[in-house]
Formats: sequence, C-alpha cells, structure tokens
Amino acid sequence: MADAQTEERVPTVVADGVHITYTVQGAGRAGRGGATAALGRILSRDRTAPGTRTVHAVKGVSFAAHKGEAIGLIGSNGSGKSTLLKAIAGLLPTNEGRIYTRGQPSLLGVNAALMGDLTGERNVILGGLAMGMSREEVKERYQEIVDFSGINEKGDFISLPMRTYSSGMGARLRFSIAAAKSHEVLLIDEALATGDASFQRRSRERISELREEAGTVFLVSHSNSTIRQTCDRAIWLEAGRLLKDGPAGEVVDAYEAHTRKK
Amino acid sequence: MSTPTLAPPPVRHREEDGPGGDHGEDLRALALRHGLSVSGARPPLPEYTRQLWSRRHFITAFATARLTAQYSQARLGQVWQVMTPLLNAAVYYLIFGVLMNTRAGVPDFVPFLVTGVFIWTFTSSSITAGTRAISGNLGLVRALHFPRASLPVSLALQQLQQLVFSLCALVLILFCFGVTPGWSWLLAVPALFLQSLFNTGVSLVLARLAARTPDIAQLMPFLLRTWMYVSGVMWSVEHVLANNHLPHAVLLVLECNPAAVYIDLVRFALIDSFTAAQLPPHVWAVATGWALVAAVGGFVYFWQAEETYGRG
Repeated sequence: MADAQTEERVPTVVADGVHITYTVQGAGRAGRGGATAALGRILSRDRTAPGTRTVHAVKGVSFAAHKGEAIGLIGSNGSGKSTLLKAIAGLLPTNEGRIYTRGQPSLLGVNAALMGDLTGERNVILGGLAMGMSREEVKERYQEIVDFSGINEKGDFISLPMRTYSSGMGARLRFSIAAAKSHEVLLIDEALATGDASFQRRSRERISELREEAGTVFLVSHSNSTIRQTCDRAIWLEAGRLLKDGPAGEVVDAYEAHTRKK
Repeated sequence: MSTPTLAPPPVRHREEDGPGGDHGEDLRALALRHGLSVSGARPPLPEYTRQLWSRRHFITAFATARLTAQYSQARLGQVWQVMTPLLNAAVYYLIFGVLMNTRAGVPDFVPFLVTGVFIWTFTSSSITAGTRAISGNLGLVRALHFPRASLPVSLALQQLQQLVFSLCALVLILFCFGVTPGWSWLLAVPALFLQSLFNTGVSLVLARLAARTPDIAQLMPFLLRTWMYVSGVMWSVEHVLANNHLPHAVLLVLECNPAAVYIDLVRFALIDSFTAAQLPPHVWAVATGWALVAAVGGFVYFWQAEETYGRG
C-alpha cells in the first residue's frame, strides 16, 4: 500500500484534509461595548449569536512532512499560514481532518512573550524547565543559550526584566531558549525576521543543526530570501488553500511571479 | 465529582471528504503506520499526572521566581514579604481593636482576628491567583508545551511560600499579645497542608473557568468578599450561631464552610483560649474531605479541558 519513497522517509507531520474555522468574539455589528448587546449574549446562550463570526481560515490542506526537512510556508497576509502552524502545534483544533505529529511540536512565535516581570535569566531557566529539561541540563545549557541570543553583547541585559527588552531582543531570547532543546518538530513564526544580520545567520545555522538532529522545521516568513536560504521545501497557501507544494526555489518563484502580477 | 473520561480528544473526525480526499486515506494510513499521534490530543489522566510530576522543578522554580519578582520593583525589596502581612494586621487592629473596641465576646481578640485574616488571605489570594493562572500566562502557554496544570499548582505553591512569611509575622504578633507556643502549634501543620490541597483544587477549577470566560476575574472579588464575611474571619461563627435563629440548613452550611473550618483549626492550634468546644463536630473529617474533594475534583476538571488552554 505504500510506495518505496515514503517507506524510506519517516514522516513527522501529516496533515490530512485539514479544515480550521475559528470563532471571533466581539466581531459583527453588535459590538462588544454595548451593554445591551452583552446582556443579549448572556441571555441567548447561543454560541453563534450576533457579535461572533466564524472565519474559515484553512480549507482542506493535506501534506506529509518528513524527518530532516525544512519547510517554508508562504502566502499573502491572512492566507492561513499562522493558523496552520498553530494547528500543527496543537494549539488550535481542526474542524475536519486531522494532523498527526511525531512527538510534541514546539511553536515559536514572535508575539509570545514569556514572563515579562521576570529577568531574562529567570526566563531562560523557567523556559528550559517548562520544556522538560532537567535542572542540570538547564545549568549546562544556560551560558550557551545566553551567548547564542547575544543579549549580553551590549551590557548585562540578561539580569533585567524581560518587559524592558526590545521586541527584537525578546524574540532572540525566546528563539534561543526553544532552540536549545532538539525538537522533533520545530515551528517558527517569523522569528528570523526580527533579529539583526548576525543573529539571523546564527539562527540559520542552528536550524540546519536542528534538522541534522533528525528534526523537521516549519518556517513562516514573508521574506522570500529567508525561505530560499533556510528551507528546502515550500508550501504556498492562498486563502486557506494549498496552491503549490514543492522545492523551495520553484514554489517561491511561482509565488513571486504571482505577487508581481497583482 | 466528575469522573475521568479516557476517551480520545474531542476532535470531530469525519471520514475524508474534503478536497484532499483522493489521497486522504493514504495520509492517514501513513501517519498511523509510523505511529504518529494526533496533535493537541489530551493525554490520559495517569500519563498527564506523570508529565506533571516530571515538571515539578518547573513548578517550584516558577513559584519562587514569581514570589521574588513580586517585590522586585520596591526599594525595600523582600522586606515587604513580612511587612505586608504586618501592616494588614495593624489596620485590622486599629479598626477593630482600638477604634471599635470590638471583642465580639472573644478572649484574645487580636490574635483571633490576625490568625483569621492571615489564614483567610491564604485561601483568597490562592484563588485569585488561580483565576489568572492561564489567562495571565498566555505567552508561556502559547510558546511552550507543558502540562497546563503546572501553572495553577505553581501559583498555589507561591501562595504557600507567601504564607510562610505571614506565619513569621503571625508568630511575632502572637508573642506580643502573650500567646505562648506549645505542642498544640504542631496541629497547624496538618491543618495548613489540608488547606493548601483545598486551595490548589479550587484554583484549578477557577483557572479552567477563567480561561474560557475571563469575566470570572471581575466577579471574584465580590464572591471572595462575601465568602470572607460568612467565614468568621472577624468574629466567631460559633457566637453568632448561638444568638441567631437561623434555619438548621444555613447553620450546617456555615459550620461546614471550608474556609471557616481551616481558620478555626489554625486558631485552635495556635491560641490556647480557642478551645475544642468552639470547633464544629467532626472537624478533621470535614477538613480532610474538603481537601480531597477539591484537589482530586479540581485536578480532573482542569485536565478535561487541557487541550483548549491558550487557544483562539
């Protein structure tokens, strides 16, 4: 039943006819602000009451990702890339179809601040422990993580609360924490776009290392050059549908041709 | 109490009929052949408990980090850990002890009052922290994977650490009002242990409720204040009960109120003039019952929505 090609390559993420819709609260004409509207929502107990709206973000996407692949997700804004990534990470339920994964995928998003009130140092330790590293492992990796993030290049920033970090610094530290552990599936949402040039180079190196450690990397980015340099395969989503799936160069070329036409 | 359901997660699964249907069956077979699991599936309860245990270092480190971060912006820093409860006690003493000169028919009124306030604060702040356990840590929940129960459990642990500081202040106050330490003080340990279990359980329940309905956080101060007034923090429930003509059912509820039970147990342990006669009947059984029901029920209830936290 299986062909020779899939037999030798081990799948890590399999999306099987995935549809994702989600409900947005506070949308629609009856705004959240109106007290009568709020009262109406409470009284009606209807999930699809006015004021909520469903968005069909991903419409029947199927693919299989294998060990050692780095897959770029491209598409215009609102094409369902981040939604798909969240679903792979198990943070959004699928309405139809299923996503199967090997191990627990880890999602790395730029919007995800860890704990703002705590120092960078505490965040490194807590992040490591939360990912399931032992105390000894965290101690061993601590310096490595801090050096990799480059947070301390301009002074002792690691001992400051994380809310004082610039968004770039925060994103770098989060990437460094998540990348310290080898994940079977690592999902990155635009994290590479935020760092400076030298950090981007280091993260590209780390991503290829992670792939060698028999992992799969998914990367959402609006930078076509990042996708070309980092990924060997690309999936192009448009309005929730999978338009093209193939070698990164080819897919990005097609995507660029499409965007130029507009 | 809810029973554990070991069913697969509530992912609605229909046989492939979407646009990817032509090779859908192949993909599913491929995934199953290589032993892939459904993403976002909730682990069964024993596995979940094991995962939670394996994050115990995270739980303790998170609690300690939160505790120290709490006063990191204050000049006096960690001194506030003891100062805050002492100032609290001073306010209550000023109002009830000096201004109103309330005795409420209670000997050793100030120790009685301060013990009540501190033990009540332990429960109320644990529950308040629990309501923000998920909604206040969405960044962490959305970035990293770990059993979500780690967060409410950790915050309850933070409150327990906070209580240790309050107890230091409490011992100081008790000395000042001539309460002498005795062997009965050891009884406070099991009482506080049971109270911690109870607090953790209720925090787990509220963490789940507030994760879905953030409005709960707005409602909690009112609920907690009502609860405080019926728990005999500032007066003796027993005295009030003796003078009023309340229906039997109301009396029973007031007597079995978990907060009142834990407060009275600690008062009984620490204050000599608070005798066993003032405790409701079967007090240890009631205390243990509340602790077990809350902890087990809360844990199972929280686990049942594990896959939904941080979504949307």
